[in-house]
Amino acid sequence: MPSALPDGLPAPLDGSLPASAVAEGLPADGRPGRPFGFYVHVPYCASRCGYCDFNTYTAAELGGGASQAGYADDAVAEIRLARRVLGDADRPVETVFFGGGTPTLLPAADLGRMLAAIRDEFGLAPGAEVTTEANPESVDPAYLAELREAGFTRLSFGMQSARTHVLQVLDRHHTPGRAQECVAEARAAGFEHINLDLIYGTPGETDADWQASLDAVLAAEPDHVSAYALIIEDGTRIATRIRRGELPAPDDDVLADRYLMADEALTAGGLGWYEVSNWAADGAARCRHNELYWTGADWWGAGPGAHSHVGGVRWWNVKHPKAYAERLRAAESPAHGRELLGDEDRRVERILLELRLKDGCPLSLLKEQGLAAAEHAVAEGLLDPAKFADRHAVLTLKGRLLADAVVRDLVD
Amino acid sequence: MPATPVNVPEPSRTDPALIRNFCIIAHIDHGKSTLADRMLQITGVVEARQMRAQYLDRMDIERERGITIKSQAVRLPWTAEDGRTHILNMIDTPGHVDFTYEVSRSLAACEGAILLVDAAQGIEAQTLANLYLALENDLQIIPVLNKIDLPAAQPEKYAEELAHIIGCEPSDVLRVSGKTGEGVAELLNECVRLVPAPIGVKDAPARAMIFDSVYDSYRGVVTYVRVVDGQLTKRERIQMMSTGATHELLEIGVISPEPKPADGLGVGEVGYIITGVKDVRQSRVGDTITSMHKGATEALGGYKDPRPMVFSGLYPLDGSDYPELRDALEKLQLNDAALVWEPETSVALGFGFRCGFLGLLHLEIIRERLEREFGLELISTAPSVVYRVVMEDGTEHTVTNPSEFPGGKIAEVHEPVVRSTILAPSEYVGAIMELCQSRRGSLLGMDYLSEDRVELRYTLPLAEIVFDFFDQLKSKTRGYASLDYEPTGEQMSDLVKVDILLQGEAVDAFSAIVHKDKAYNYGVEMTKKLRELIPRQQFEVPIQAAIGARVIARENIRAIRKDVLAKCYGGDISRKRKLLEKQKEGKKRMKMVGRVEVPQEAFIAALSTDSDGGGDKKK
Repeated sequence: MPSALPDGLPAPLDGSLPASAVAEGLPADGRPGRPFGFYVHVPYCASRCGYCDFNTYTAAELGGGASQAGYADDAVAEIRLARRVLGDADRPVETVFFGGGTPTLLPAADLGRMLAAIRDEFGLAPGAEVTTEANPESVDPAYLAELREAGFTRLSFGMQSARTHVLQVLDRHHTPGRAQECVAEARAAGFEHINLDLIYGTPGETDADWQASLDAVLAAEPDHVSAYALIIEDGTRIATRIRRGELPAPDDDVLADRYLMADEALTAGGLGWYEVSNWAADGAARCRHNELYWTGADWWGAGPGAHSHVGGVRWWNVKHPKAYAERLRAAESPAHGRELLGDEDRRVERILLELRLKDGCPLSLLKEQGLAAAEHAVAEGLLDPAKFADRHAVLTLKGRLLADAVVRDLVD
Repeated sequence: MPATPVNVPEPSRTDPALIRNFCIIAHIDHGKSTLADRMLQITGVVEARQMRAQYLDRMDIERERGITIKSQAVRLPWTAEDGRTHILNMIDTPGHVDFTYEVSRSLAACEGAILLVDAAQGIEAQTLANLYLALENDLQIIPVLNKIDLPAAQPEKYAEELAHIIGCEPSDVLRVSGKTGEGVAELLNECVRLVPAPIGVKDAPARAMIFDSVYDSYRGVVTYVRVVDGQLTKRERIQMMSTGATHELLEIGVISPEPKPADGLGVGEVGYIITGVKDVRQSRVGDTITSMHKGATEALGGYKDPRPMVFSGLYPLDGSDYPELRDALEKLQLNDAALVWEPETSVALGFGFRCGFLGLLHLEIIRERLEREFGLELISTAPSVVYRVVMEDGTEHTVTNPSEFPGGKIAEVHEPVVRSTILAPSEYVGAIMELCQSRRGSLLGMDYLSEDRVELRYTLPLAEIVFDFFDQLKSKTRGYASLDYEPTGEQMSDLVKVDILLQGEAVDAFSAIVHKDKAYNYGVEMTKKLRELIPRQQFEVPIQAAIGARVIARENIRAIRKDVLAKCYGGDISRKRKLLEKQKEGKKRMKMVGRVEVPQEAFIAALSTDSDGGGDKKK
C-alpha cells in the first residue's frame, strides 16, 4: 500500500456508514451475502527497504503512546469499532490478511490477539483463509508454530530475489536461501498455502539473475508466487540513487522480457497465472483475500493508512500510528477520508480490476465504444478471441503487459 | 521646480511660433519613460502625489515589459529662458523595429528629436536606425546622454561616439538623469532654443496627419493628429483622405497628460480627435484628415498600408475555445490595424487562424495578450514569411503557410529579404560574420563607429531572422550586439518544403520551407526531436522527413511493450481509478495523426524550441 492517501470527502468521526452501504452486502431475497474480509496493517519494520514507500515506521516508540508494543490494543479497538459500525447482522469473515510493514516484527501472540478479536466480534467462516506477510529473517520454526496454533493458515514471504547483489540494492537483509528454508519450515509447521514474493527489474539484475530467482522459487515449491516489476516510487532511497546516476533506471522493455521469463518458468513449474502479477498451483492455492479486492467484495482495513470498502463506500484511515492511536483512544473512528462510488465509478473499477484476472470481465460491462475498442484489441492480439466469442474480455500474454492501455480503451 | 507657467496658450489659439514638437528616440531600456515622467513633473502637468512610474505607458503589458507600443502625445507648457510660455508637444514613439512605420509617422509629426542614449551603454542598432529615420525627416537632433547618475556611466566616451555619428561636438551632447531630474530643465530649454517652430498655412483647408490611433472601450477610437495646415474645429464633419469616409468630430482636444477637450486644433498643434468609429482600421496611422466642406484635395505624403511580414498559425489548445479565439482576435484588431488573420485548419492542430504580424515582437505581444487578457491557451506554429512561388506554367502562388507550398513543377521561389544593421563591440565581428554567413547573409558594408564599436550591414533572408537569429546573435556576442532590420524586397532562392511524416502521414504543423542546403539538417533535427517527444505507441511509428517523395531522414519509435501497474490491491484501487481518469483526460488532449496519438505538449515543444526567440528579442 503506497503511503500517500487519496483526496476524498471527510469521514464522519463515529465511522458511520450509509445504511444502504451496510445492507448491500447482506443476504437478501435468496441472494447470498457478499464475501467479507479483514485486512490488518502493521506499520512497523526493523528497517526501511530502499524501494519501499509504504506506510511503515522503524522506531519502536513513536511518541504519544503509539508503540509497537501497544499496537495490537489499538487495532483491536478498531476491530470492535467495525462491529459497531456494521451493526448486528451476521457477517462471518472469510479472509483475514495481515500486511505491513512487517507483521512478524510483532510477537506472534499480538497477531493472535488481533485475529482473536476478529473471531470474537464477527466469527470466522468455515475454512476461512488467514494470511500474514512475513520477512524471511524475522521468523523461525517456533514462531511459525505459534502462528499456526493461533489460527493462521497461509504465509506470504518477501523473498524478492535469490541473488545477493540484487537483495543489497533493495536493502533486504536476508541471505539467499533463507526464503526457501522458510517454505520448508512453514510446511513443517502445518501451513498448507505458502506464497513467495519476487521483484524483477532491480538495477543491476541480469536475465540470468532473474532466471536463478525463478529457479530457486520453483525449487522451494510454494503453491503461490507473486512477481512484481520494481516500481521506483518518489522519495525512496532507490529513486534518489537513480536520480544521482548511481543506479540505472529500470527499462520497460527489460521489464517486459522479465515478465515473459517469469510467466514461462512459473507455468512450466506448474503455477498458472490468475492475476497479472500472481500465479498459483490450483484454484485452492489462490489468495482468496486478494480476490476479494478484485471482485468488489466488502472488506474492513484496520490500522494506520488502511483502506476499506463496504457497499460502494471506500475510506482510508489516518496515516500516522500516533494519530491513529489517539483517535481510537478518544473512541473516535480513525477514518481520515472517504469516497462514495457512483454507478459509473463502480463499473470502471470492475473493468480495471476484473480485466487483470484470468477470467477477465464480462462484455456486458462495456458500453458501445468500449465494445468496439475490445474488438479492436482482439484484432491486435491483446484479448483472447475465443473468450471474446464467449462474451468475456480476457487478456492474452501480450495483453497482460499492456493491461492499462487496454483498460483505458475499454472503459469508454 | 520652476513656478507654474503663466499665460498658457489655449489649444486652437496657440501661436505656432510658440510650439515645439519633438519626440524622444531611445533604445528600450535607455530610460525614455523615466525621462518623460520627469518632464511631466517639472512642467507641472502631473503633481508629485499623482506621479507613478512610466506614467504614459498605459497597458499593463507595456509597463511589465518596459516597452512602449503605442505612442502618445503630451502637451507641456514650459516657460523658457526668454520668459515666454511655450507649448512643448512630446510625442512618445514606439521603440521597436516591428513598428518602424509607426515610428516614421510619429517622426513626421515633429520638428525635433531628442536622441536619448544610456551613458553606460552607448547607442544601439535600433536607435541608430530611428536616428537615420529622423534625419531623413529633417528633424533637429538634440543628443542627450541619460543615466549620468550611474556609477558605470562613461559620458565622455559616449559623447564622443554620438558626436561622431551625428556630426556635432562632444560638448553639444547634453547630460541628464531621468532618475534624479538633473539636467531636465536645461534639456527643455534646449528644445525651445533648437527645435524649429512648426510652419503651416493658417488659412488653407485643414490637413492633419494621423500618427496614432487607439481603441478605447468607452470612447471608441481615439486618434492622435498633428495639424499641418488650417484648423480643425469641434463638431465639424471630417474626411479620411485615403478612403473618403466622413465622420462627425465628436470631440477634439489635447492630452496634458489626461485628455482635455478643446475648441479645436490649429497649425502645428498636436492633439486627439474622437469620431465614434469603433475600429482603428477606419482611422489609420499615416492617413490625412481634412474638413468635409472645402477640404484639401491633396493628402500629406507618406501613407502606407501596414503589411504583415511574419505569419504564424494560432490554435486553441482546447478546440472548443475556437470561437473565443476569434472574438479575441476581433477585439485586438480594433486596436491594431496591422494585425491580419484568416481561419485555417490543420490536420494536427484542428481549427485555428493564420495570423500576419509586423514582426516577431508584434507576434509575441499579440500572443501574450490573447493568453493574458482573454485567458486562452494557444499553440503557435513556427513563424513563417511570405513566399512567392512561380510555377513552370507561369501561375503564381503566395505562400504564408508551409503546408500550402505547391507540389508540381516549380520554376522559381522568391523570399523576402531585409537589410539589417548590427552594432557590436569590434571583438565580435568574426562571430557575427560567421552567423550571418550561415544564415545566407551577404555583407553590404562595415564601419567603425568608434575605436571599439562596429556597424555591420547585411542583406539577409527574413526567414532566417524569424527563426532564432537574434538569440544566436546575443549569445555569440555575450548580449552586446544590437540588431535592426528593414524589408528591402525579395530574392530568388533555392527553397524546398520539408514535410514530416508520422507513419507515412504528413503532419502539416511541422512542414517547413527551408533552403535546399539546410533541408537535411532540419529533417534530422526534427525527426530526432519528435522521437523524444512522442510517447511509444502500441505499434512501431516511423518518423520521416521528406522533400516531396524523397525521404531525407528517418527515426523510429519502437512499439511500447509494457503498460501495466504491477500491483493493484485494496489500497491501490482509488488511486488507480483516479490515475485512469487522469490518463483519460490526457488522452482527450491527444491529437490523432492517423493512428498515432501525439500529446499536445509534443507539438508545443517541437514548435517552440525554434520560435522561442520571438519573445524578448529587443529587450
